[in-house]
Order: sequence, then structure tokens, then C-alpha cells
Amino acid sequence: MASEKLTSTEYIKHHLTNLTFGQHPDGSWGFAHNAQEIKEMGFWAIHVDTMIWSFLLGGLFIWLFGKAARRATADTPSGLLNFVEWVVEFIDDNVRGSFSAKNDLIAPLALTLFVWILLMNCMDLVPVDWIPWATQQVMHHVFGADPHHVYMKVVTTTDVNATFGMSLSVFVLTLYYSFKIKGPIGFASELTMQPFSAKNPILKIIFMPINLFLEGIGLISKPVSLSLRLFGNLFAGEMIFILIALLYSGGLFWGLMGGFLQWGWAVFHILIVLLQAFIFMVLTVVYLEMAHHEH
Amino acid sequence: MNINLTLIGQSLAFLVFVWFCMKFIWPPLMNALEERKKNIADGLAAAERGRKEHELSEKRAAEVIKEAKGKAADIIAGAERRGAEIVEEAKTDAKIEGERIITAAQTEIEQEINRARETLRGELAALATAGAEQILGKEVDADAHREMLDELAAQL
Repeated sequence: MASEKLTSTEYIKHHLTNLTFGQHPDGSWGFAHNAQEIKEMGFWAIHVDTMIWSFLLGGLFIWLFGKAARRATADTPSGLLNFVEWVVEFIDDNVRGSFSAKNDLIAPLALTLFVWILLMNCMDLVPVDWIPWATQQVMHHVFGADPHHVYMKVVTTTDVNATFGMSLSVFVLTLYYSFKIKGPIGFASELTMQPFSAKNPILKIIFMPINLFLEGIGLISKPVSLSLRLFGNLFAGEMIFILIALLYSGGLFWGLMGGFLQWGWAVFHILIVLLQAFIFMVLTVVYLEMAHHEH
Repeated sequence: MNINLTLIGQSLAFLVFVWFCMKFIWPPLMNALEERKKNIADGLAAAERGRKEHELSEKRAAEVIKEAKGKAADIIAGAERRGAEIVEEAKTDAKIEGERIITAAQTEIEQEINRARETLRGELAALATAGAEQILGKEVDADAHREMLDELAAQL
């Protein structure tokens, strides 16, 4: 285990640090060697592990479902097609249940969100040290890198960039459809004419900033809560996996205890993994539904 | 919790995946599902139609059979009647023919009797003549006594 030469704190921190590529303060580009360097890189840095894993898993989704889509026939489905159709129908039912307007984007969006997030969340169930250890070995032996500086955060949804990336995209879509469906005036009135409204024009104008403030908070809180909910759940889950993994360095008893705990937590976490993907998907559909209708 | 370029990268990746899904994954799958739904509905409708047709044709078949049975019964009854008629006709014919034969036979018998009677009469006349000759001792002139002899013969 990597913790042999590390303190517990360092072990945990190591697990929670992204493999980051960016511009050092001195102007050179390269991988960050520790958390301090990542901070110094500022905005112009990229989490290579997040990008790789999200692309791999997104690619897996596209490949698997694309394969099924190419094979899709009206005949008796079998194997992969059966499974994919089951997922697609599940999403379609959910979207039909909560989205009433006609928009061809919503259902594929929901499908992509659900499957992608589910796959990214499922990386949580892989024992926390396997992939980082393998990466360290490869980087150490092939590229001669110091294993202590090789970070690999496998669970993409524990990176707030990934969850915000999705929720902000959804937010932009929400704004886009609000403008498109309700028009600028309709959207503006939705933000300023409620919840407080009055017949008196002067009162109306007085209420406007209050309404805008309240509705603005409501509007902004949607993407923030959407992404932080997913991030928080998965981050906490991953954290507990890491803490359990610490037990393995505590001897036979604690090792066995750790094994048992990890199994139990993983079983429980399957629920969270699925539930969070589902919640993200459903809320996205609900937000877009709200963007399509005056309320 | 470092917000950096990854945010943009992830957003782009997300949008690309959504776009790909919308273009190449969702429509064919949905089409397949819709088509299958339609096929199943059609199949069920066809089955229902088939069932109804089957029922109808069974009813029709039963009617045809009933009709055929009625016809067959009529034909058999007609044939029986005809047979009886034929038998009756044959009986009548036979009776007539029999009577005719009997009448003919009786006529013939009467004729035979008459002929025999004539012959016997002739023979008796001859015998009587011969007897008379013997009694009288001389020949009876047949021509001379023709009248008398004929009268005798008629009396016999």
C-alpha cells in the first residue's frame, strides 16, 4: 500500500488530489507535484485524471449504446440490445412523466446524464488503491516519475469541476430555453413579478428588486445544488472508502475489519451511486420542464 | 475544490456526448421501440381479427352443415317416397299384367275347349254315322243326310 511511507493525512490527501497539468508560476507547463503547485496554477490547469476517466466512461457509454443503436431492430431484441432498450425505456418513461413539452433534446440528455454519471459513480466501487497504485507503477517504471507525485483520482464525480461542468451546461440550457420559449420579457417578468405581486403599479416597482433577488437566488441555487449534491455524496463516499482503506495498514484484525467494512460500504454505496445519478437526471429534466412553462 | 480549465473541458465533453446521443443513439433505439410497439399492436389486432374470422367461419360452417343435413334428409325422404311409389307402381303393373295373362289364358282355354268340343262333335257325328251305318247295314249317304247329320252334331 502507498501508505507505508506516508502518514494517514498524507495518504488521504494523496488520494484526494487530482493529476493536474498546467502552467507553473514560473511560466513552464507541466504536471503539478503537490497540492500547493496546483493552487498556484490557478484556473489555467486541467485535471488530467478527471478528463481521462470521464472520457473513457463517456466513450464506454457511447460505444455500448451506439452498438445497440446500430443493431436496433423491431424484431425480438436480445442481449445487449435488450439491456439498452430497458435503460432507454426507463429514461423515456421518466422524461415523459415529468416533461410535457416537445423537445427532442431532453430525453437523450437525460439518458446521457444518467448513464454517464452512473458509470463515473461506479468507479467508486473499485478499491481505492488499485488504479492509483497501478498508475504509480507505470509512471514510475516507464517515465521515471516519483510515485509520490503521481496522483490519480478515479471517481470523476468527486471532482467538483466535473459536476459543475454538467450542472452549468444544464443551467445554460435552462436559460436558453427560458429565453426561447417565454421570450426575454416573459422570462424577465417571471424573475421580477413573483412571488410578490400587486395591482398597484408603484407597489409593483417596489417589489421588483425583492422579487429579482429571491428569484435570482432560486435560479442560481439550482445548478449549484445540483452539482454539489452529486459531488458531496460521492466525495463523502469516497472519503469513507479511503478511511476504510487506512485500516489495511493496521494489522490482521484491522485488515479483516477493513475488508468487511469496505464490502458493506460498497453494497450500501451501490444505492447511493444509482440514486445520485437518478436524482441528477430527474432534477435536470424538472428544471428544463420549468424552463419550458410559465409558472 | 480547485475550479479550473477542467470545468470547461467537462462541459464540452458533456455536450459532445449529449449531442452524439441525440444524433446517433436515441433516434434509432426509439424508432426500433416504436416500430416494435406497432408490430406487436398489429400482431394483436391481426390475431383478434383472425379469432373473429375463425368464429365467423365456424358459425358459417355450422350453418352449411345444418343446411346440408336438411337437404340430405329431404333427399332421403324423397328417395324413400319415390321408392315406395316405384314399388306401388310395380305392384299395380304386376297385378294388371297378371290379370291380363290370366284373361289371355282363360280365353285360350275356352278356345281350346271349343275346339275340342268341335272336334268331339265331328268325331261323334262320324261315330254316329258309322253306328247308324252299322245299324242300317248300309252306307249312309253323307251328302244326302248332311242336313240331318249337322243337326245332330249341333245337338250334341
